[in-house]
Amino acid sequence: MGRTLAEKVWDDHVVRRAEGEPDLLFIDLHLLHEVTSPQAFDGLRKAGRGVRRTDLTIATEDHNTPTLDIDKPIADPVSRTQLETLRKNCAEFGVRLHPLGDVEQGVVHVVGPQLGLTQPGTTVVCGDSHTSTHGAFGALAFGIGTSQVEHVLATQTLPMAPFKTMAITVEGELPQGVTAKDLILAIIAKIGTGGGQGYVIEYRGSAIEKLSMEARMTICNMSIEAGARAGMIAPDQTTFDYLQGRDHAPEDEDWDAAVAYWKTLRTDDDAVFDAEVVIDAATLSPFVTWGTNPGQGAPLSANVPDPASYEDPSERFAAEKALEYMGLTAGQPLREISVDTVFVGSCTNGRIEDLRSAAAVLEGRSVAEGVRMLIVPGSVRVSLEAVAEGLDKVFTAAGAEWRHAGCSMCLGMNPDQLAPGERSASTSNRNFEGRQGKGGRTHLVSPQVAAATAVLGHLASPADLSDADVATPAGV
Amino acid sequence: MEAFTTHTGRAVPLRRSNVDTDQIIPAHWLKKVTRDGFEDGLFEAWRKDPEFVLNQEAYKGATVLVAGPDFGTGSSREHAVWALQNYGFKAVISSRFADIFRGNSLKNGLLTVVLPQETVDRLQKLVESDPTAEVTVDLVDREVRAEGITAGFELDENARWRLLEGLDDISLTLREESAIAAYEANRPSFKPRTIEV
Ligand code: SF4
Repeated sequence: MGRTLAEKVWDDHVVRRAEGEPDLLFIDLHLLHEVTSPQAFDGLRKAGRGVRRTDLTIATEDHNTPTLDIDKPIADPVSRTQLETLRKNCAEFGVRLHPLGDVEQGVVHVVGPQLGLTQPGTTVVCGDSHTSTHGAFGALAFGIGTSQVEHVLATQTLPMAPFKTMAITVEGELPQGVTAKDLILAIIAKIGTGGGQGYVIEYRGSAIEKLSMEARMTICNMSIEAGARAGMIAPDQTTFDYLQGRDHAPEDEDWDAAVAYWKTLRTDDDAVFDAEVVIDAATLSPFVTWGTNPGQGAPLSANVPDPASYEDPSERFAAEKALEYMGLTAGQPLREISVDTVFVGSCTNGRIEDLRSAAAVLEGRSVAEGVRMLIVPGSVRVSLEAVAEGLDKVFTAAGAEWRHAGCSMCLGMNPDQLAPGERSASTSNRNFEGRQGKGGRTHLVSPQVAAATAVLGHLASPADLSDADVATPAGV
Repeated sequence: MEAFTTHTGRAVPLRRSNVDTDQIIPAHWLKKVTRDGFEDGLFEAWRKDPEFVLNQEAYKGATVLVAGPDFGTGSSREHAVWALQNYGFKAVISSRFADIFRGNSLKNGLLTVVLPQETVDRLQKLVESDPTAEVTVDLVDREVRAEGITAGFELDENARWRLLEGLDDISLTLREESAIAAYEANRPSFKPRTIEV
C-alpha cells in the first residue's frame, strides 16, 4: 500500500524502531526562542550535557521584544531577564542567536523559512505550538514541551508516538478577495478546534496548489487551532522557486540532489488517509471570528449566531459565554461590529505579501478616527523589504503605526496590548479570552479585512470600500 | 534524573480534592527562566493563610505529600512538578492523579503513588495525630509503610525501571548513541545546517 507525504517524511527519520516502544525520530532543525528554552538549557547544565548538534539549532528573540524604542533597555525586568538568559545560554552552548536589533531577528516561524532553513522532507521542532507553519514546505513540523526541547538539544532526536493522517482537499478557485486566512478560518469553523486532534493534516487539491508559499504558511500555521499535531503541503515548483538562492538552500549538485528527493515527497495515489474532508473553494468568502476560540467564525456577510441554534449543549454553552465575553448580541450583523484597534502581524500574517495586501487596501485612504492600527512585520527582513517598497510610507500616511518586528500584540507579552473591553481586528491566530490583553476582545481576520476594517472602523472587506476598486494582489 | 529506590520521611496531609495545577503553581510564575526557585510559588494562594498545613511548624521539612483525590488536574505545565520538587517533596500519594501531571512527575523523578482512598485516609489520620510519624515509600518492593500500615501499589514496569535506574528519557535515548551516530553518518549532504553563511 502507498504512503502519505507525512508517513514518508516520518519513515525517513526513524533512528530506531522497536516493538512496543515509540519510534526514535531524528530532528533536522531545532528552533528556539526565549520563553520555552531556559529550563531546557538549565537541565543540560545540571546533567553536564552539551548541545549535540549546534549546526542544526538556531535561536531568535520574539515573544518579549518591544516594538518601539528597541535601542533602549527593555522596561519590564521579567521580560529583560528572559532575553538575557537566552543570550547567555546561546553563548555558553554555542547556539546561533539573532537577538533584538539583529537583521535576522523576528518571529521564529518567519525567520526559519526566510533563511531557507525550512526545507521539504525535514523534521522541524520548536517549543512553540505554531511550529506547524513550517509544514507548508512539506516538512514534518510540530511544537514540543520544555522537557522535549532539552531532549532534542541533548540528543537531536525525539521518541514519538504515531499519528493519524487527515486529508483536507480544497478544489476549485478561491473567489476574488478571498485569502488563505479566510480559507483556514473556514476550515477550522467546519472541523472544529478539536477536529484535527491526533492527526497530521495534509492540505491538497487545486486551490492549495495555486497558493504562494506565504499563503501556504498561513494555512499550515493555524493547523494547531484545529487541534492537529501538524499541517503539511506537498512541495512543488512553487516551493523550489521560493527556496532557490536563499542563504541556507542547497547549492549546485546538492540542489539537484535535494530537488530530486523533494519530488518524491508526494502522497502515493493508493495511499489511504484515516480521515478526509473536502472543501469547494468557490463557496468561500471573507471569514471572521465572532467568539473566543478560532472555531467560532462565520462569513463576514453573516450575523452573530444565536447560541440557541446550536444543538450540542456544550457548544451552545460555549457560544453563550463567548457572546458575553465579546459583548455581542445574537443576530447582530458582523459588519456592524466596531473596533478600536487593528493589528497586522504575527507568524500567521506578518510576512511581506501580507503587508503588501494590507497596504494595497490602505493606499490613498485613512485609518478611521479613533482607531489605532499597528503594523508589526514578522521579521526585520520583512520590515526592510517593506521599507524598500515604500509600504511603511503608505501605512504611516494612512495614520497607522509602523513598528519593529516581533510577536507583539499576537499575545501581548510585550507592552503591545488591548485594554480591558477594547476590541481588535487582528491578523493573528488566537482569539482566546485575554490573549491580547486582560479583558481584550479579538476578531481574527485576514490582512485585507484588517485594512478595510481600519478604514471604516467596523468589520469590513475591501469590497465595502466604495471609493475605489481594490485588486487582490497575486498569490494571496 | 536522580534514582528513586526507597524514601523515608515525614509527611504532610493535604485534605483537598481536585487540586489543579493552577493551585499548585499560579500562571504568573511561568515567566521564570529556571526549573528552580518555584518553592515560594507552591500553593501560593493557600500559603497566605497562616493556618494552611504547610505553614504549620510541625510539618516543616516533610518530604511526602499525602493528597486528596484527583491531584494535579488542569493545565499541562511542568512547573507544577518542579514546584513540588523545589519545595522538597520526593513523593506524592493520592487515590487518583490527573494523567498529564502524572506523566510529567515520572519524567522528572517525582514518585506519584496511587493507593486506595481508604489507605490514604488512614495515612492522613496517622500524620495528623503524629506529625513526627515517618512514611516509607519503597519502589523496590512497591510498598508504602508507616506505623500500622503496609500497602502495596502499582506502577507500570517501564516507568518503575526508569525511576529505579534514575533514567530520564534523555539518558535512555543516549543509550542509542550508536544508532543516532549511524543515522547521522547517512544523512544527505543537502540537508540544511544553521552554521552562519
Ligand atoms: S506571532 Fe504569536 S503565535 Fe506566532 S510565535 Fe509569536 S506569539 Fe506565537
